[in-house]
Amino acid sequence: MRKVSTSDITAKVSELCIEAACNLGTDVIDAIKSAEEREESVLGKDVLGQLVYNFELANKEHRPMCQDTGITIVYAEVGREVEFDGSLDEAIHEGVRQGYDKGYLRKSVCDPLSRVNTTDNTPAIIHTTIVEGDKLNLTIATKGAGSENMSGLAMLKPSQGVEGVKDFIIQVVKDAGGNPCPPVVVGVGIGGSFEKCAMLSKKAIMRTVGEANADPEIAALETELLLSINNLGIGPMGFGGMITALAVHIEKHPCHIASLPVAVNMQCHADRHKHAVL
Amino acid sequence: MAEQVQKRITPPLTDADVEALSAGDKVLITGVLYTARDSAHKKFIELLEAGKELPFDPKGQLIYYVGPTPTKPGEIIGSAGPTTSGRMDAFTPAILATGLKGTIGKGQRSPEVLESMKEHKALYLAAVGGAAALIAQSIKKVEIIAYEELGTEAVRRLEVVDFPAIVVNDSKGNDLFAEGVAKYRKE
Repeated sequence: MRKVSTSDITAKVSELCIEAACNLGTDVIDAIKSAEEREESVLGKDVLGQLVYNFELANKEHRPMCQDTGITIVYAEVGREVEFDGSLDEAIHEGVRQGYDKGYLRKSVCDPLSRVNTTDNTPAIIHTTIVEGDKLNLTIATKGAGSENMSGLAMLKPSQGVEGVKDFIIQVVKDAGGNPCPPVVVGVGIGGSFEKCAMLSKKAIMRTVGEANADPEIAALETELLLSINNLGIGPMGFGGMITALAVHIEKHPCHIASLPVAVNMQCHADRHKHAVL
Repeated sequence: MAEQVQKRITPPLTDADVEALSAGDKVLITGVLYTARDSAHKKFIELLEAGKELPFDPKGQLIYYVGPTPTKPGEIIGSAGPTTSGRMDAFTPAILATGLKGTIGKGQRSPEVLESMKEHKALYLAAVGGAAALIAQSIKKVEIIAYEELGTEAVRRLEVVDFPAIVVNDSKGNDLFAEGVAKYRKE
C-alpha cells in the first residue's frame, strides 16, 4: 500500500480551486480565439475578443475570471493500493474551505430551502471511484450556476431513437439562449440510468475542448450536433452569431431495454477544471 | 450598423435619455450603479409591499445584477461580471414602477418584464457574462448601503467610469436577442 497524506490532499485541492478560478485552460482559450476568427457578427466578435482579454487579465493578475467561482465538483479516482491517514472527503472539503478563503473566491453554496449560505463553499460535490494503481487522481471543476441551471434531462422512449436524442439536445441549447454565457461547451450523456446519464454529461465537460469521442460513430454525432447548434444563431452571449458552442462532447453507456435517458449539461465559456495526481 | 454605435450615459436617466437609446447600441456608463440580486430583490419587494422605501432613491437609476468575489486587500472590488437576469424577472415590474430606469445583467427577460419596460420607459442592458475581471476595472468606488449580512448579495453603490454594456431591450419594444438570432439562424 502507498500512503497519501490527507494534508497533501487538502493543500492540493486548495491550490486547484484557485488555479481553476484564475487560469483558464489553453484548450478553451484557443477554442475561443478560433471562434473569434470565424465569427461574422461584429458584436459577437467583439464579445469573444473581450473574453480573451478577460482570461488573460485574470491569469496575469491572478484574480477570478468570473465572479461566479462555482460550486466545487471533485472527482477522486482512488488507486486500490492507496492508503489514507484520515477521511478523504473531509480532506477535500477542507481544501475547498482553504482555497476559497485564500483565493478570495466567492462562496456560493447555500441551503436549498432557507438559502442560508454555508460561508465557506462547502460541501464540495465529491464523486469517488476506485481504480487500479497506487495514485490518487483529482479533477476539480468550479461550476457556475448560469450554465448549470440551463441543463436538462429526459427519459426518452426507445422508439424516439437517435433523432429524438438530437432533437432534445438542440432544444435544451435553444431554450437556454444567452443565459448560459455562450459560446458554451455542451456535455451530453446518452444511456445508463437517470443518474448515470447526468454523471456522463458532466464527465463529458471535463474532456479537453474539441477532443472527439474515441468511438467514430459518436464523434460523427458530436460534429453533426455542433453544426446544428451553431446554426441556431444564438451566438456569443446570445447577441446573434455563428458561434453558439465551442464543442459538443458526448459520452454513451448501455441502458435498460425500455429506456433512453439523455442528459445535457451546459458549460459556459469559462470551462474551468484542473487535474492533479498525488 | 446599429451594433457599432457607442453612446455615453450617466444616471439618473430621464425618459428622453432612455428613448434616445436603441437595442444594439453599445454604451459606456459613468456615474452610479446600484447592485442587487436574488435575496436583495426579495427584500425590496417586502419593503414595497409594506409601503416602505427602497434603500436608495431608484428614480432614474440602474440596477446591476452582480454578486462580486471578495475584495483582496488594497483593491476596490473583486471580479464583478453580470449574473443571469431571468431570476429577477418576478420582481422587476414592481421595481420599475418605482421609477428605476433600467437593469443590467445577462440573458433574456420575460414577456412581463419587457411589457413593463415599455410602460415605464426603461432599458435592459447586457454586460458580457464572464468578463468579470475586465468589468471590475471600470469600478472605481464601492460602498455597501444595505443588507451587509447578505455578503456577496448585499446592495452596493458603485461608482463606475466607462462601464461597458449593450442595450438589449429598449423602451420601444426592440429586442437585440431576437433580431440578432434571427439574422444568423440557419434552418
